[in-house]
Amino acid sequence: MSEPPLLEASSLVKTYRLAGVGPFGRKSARPALAEVSFAVRRGRSFGIVGESGSGKSTLARIVLALDRPDLGAVRLEGRSLFDLPRRELRAARAHMQMVFQDPYGSLDPRQRVEKIVAEPLAALGGASAVERRARVKDALEAVGLKASDALKHPHEFSGGQRQRIAIARAVITRPKLVVADEPVSALDVSVQAQALNLMSDLVREAGVTFLLISHDLGVVAHVCETTAVMYRGRIVEIGRTDDLFARPAHPYTRELVDATPRLDRPTRAAPLAATDGAPPSGGCPYAGRCPFSRARCREHAPILESKGDGSREVACHYPLG
Amino acid sequence: MLLEVAELAVDLPMPRGWHRVVDQTSFSLAEGESLGVVGESGSGKTMTALALMALTPEGARVSGSIRFEERELVGLGERGMRQLRGDRIAMVFQEPMTALNPLHRVGAQVAEPLMLHRGLARTDAHRRAVELLEHVRLAEPERAARSYPFALSGGERQRAMIAMAIGCSPRLVIADEPTTALDVTVQARILALIDSLRAESRMAILLVSHDLAVIAGHCDRVMVMYAGVIMESGPVDVVLRQPKNPYTLALLEARPRPDAPRGARLATIPGAPPAAYDHRAGCPFAGRCALTVERCWSTPPPQVAFGPNHVSRCHRADEVGLIQ
Repeated sequence: MSEPPLLEASSLVKTYRLAGVGPFGRKSARPALAEVSFAVRRGRSFGIVGESGSGKSTLARIVLALDRPDLGAVRLEGRSLFDLPRRELRAARAHMQMVFQDPYGSLDPRQRVEKIVAEPLAALGGASAVERRARVKDALEAVGLKASDALKHPHEFSGGQRQRIAIARAVITRPKLVVADEPVSALDVSVQAQALNLMSDLVREAGVTFLLISHDLGVVAHVCETTAVMYRGRIVEIGRTDDLFARPAHPYTRELVDATPRLDRPTRAAPLAATDGAPPSGGCPYAGRCPFSRARCREHAPILESKGDGSREVACHYPLG
Repeated sequence: MLLEVAELAVDLPMPRGWHRVVDQTSFSLAEGESLGVVGESGSGKTMTALALMALTPEGARVSGSIRFEERELVGLGERGMRQLRGDRIAMVFQEPMTALNPLHRVGAQVAEPLMLHRGLARTDAHRRAVELLEHVRLAEPERAARSYPFALSGGERQRAMIAMAIGCSPRLVIADEPTTALDVTVQARILALIDSLRAESRMAILLVSHDLAVIAGHCDRVMVMYAGVIMESGPVDVVLRQPKNPYTLALLEARPRPDAPRGARLATIPGAPPAAYDHRAGCPFAGRCALTVERCWSTPPPQVAFGPNHVSRCHRADEVGLIQ
């Protein structure tokens, strides 16, 4: 028996009920996640890319047990998070930390950095004040800040430094998994580069595995070995990040790659399909927008299937290449 | 020349006196041309765009010259500017939700400048508004015109705002981060729309963006701003292929790319931009720049020309790209 994956999501389903638009609008149910399954192996950071409404942030919340799925399971090292007694869930959470998009909103401005960074340790309990201080110092140094920064307040730091503080907080418990939801998208490009280098270092030197959620393919490519592409609550393609972006098999992955601005050519816009926004019920959710869709795509939803040497999975009846 | 800006400076009142956020900024823009302005937060790129529209914050002091269609805009006054805004010069903002009035139907808002500047009657203006919404490729223009802004998606709202901007056939459209809040696939379509509108109407575009790659694909020329000054300007393919300013080079090397090998080191820029910078002393990038020498701290850098219209503000411009 091989060891279980660090993180395994199986057949996650989550539906949000939406209030209708306007006072007389009809209520509707929107599937945020539809049968989402993937596995993250220890030491192999995993990226999730997709656009707004793809369900990627819902997925992050469920993986962190901040929200429950309607169906499906999340296993951390083989143990199902939603079946754990509360005390064990808290212990399991210590192995998973998170970094959010906004380094301004996620740090309490009234607290000193020392207290902010030590918070996950305090939540676990058990560490003495001396030990806590030593761990804060280590965590700050690991992210390239100084031990003396522990006594300052968040406002004394630049945006990039604040995101480092958030990362220091995330790594202080030496978690096995760090879930980072758009961790660098609020940062200027020069500062973003520092944060991405730091994440690469943590992967290489501290053995941290990231579940990195981003709309930016470049950000994911720098950190993640494997990447999943989400569209309307489903994973449409998974593969080795470099290969996935170089040779997309799903037409939506290709649309994302083409639309990403590059220095050497204008961005390529896919033609606006007339039916955009109205996915056929029962068919492929991308069929309304897909330039290659045929009759079968509108009738049967494709499932995620292995392609080629098995390093790629695609949910498409007519994959590219 | 459609627009000629010379020695533009913007000062903002601060508790401890005036704070110069744009300085020594000169550029021009011809009909049908697209100029990109790139920079990080605090670079002065948005303030430059606002100064062209006389929309700088209350109490700001604008000096220098902005000549638009042979008319001086600095000191023109609010009444004169109001005639130009939305008519000869239009602006597209990052977040259409804040620029569109949430309480009015989209069609009425697109029709408003047509009534104000073109004297169209309400029904004619409304008919024209629907045509404009169709022109920006909104799928159901009639329905969009009847909708309130919140009922449209982000991309649809941005199209509606572009329809509002182009209604009076402006000669200059200033677009400040017009696609930053949008998904990449929507961004690509909006940029393609702006390209095609420019091609058919010969309007000039000033495109402000933090993203060099957006400007690379959609502008003829670029100016790179830092701490309120233009560090480098020139044709896009020259500046982005052979930058002659260390700041431009640093921005290019810090960009994460989808085709980069995993774990590849990105170049970083140490330190942070100066909070307040005295433009009479030295180079604003001194200290953060790998090429910093003594005179960078003491003497304002010269503007060094390389080929047609390619200028870099740097003491060591000749050496950029050769060493490092």
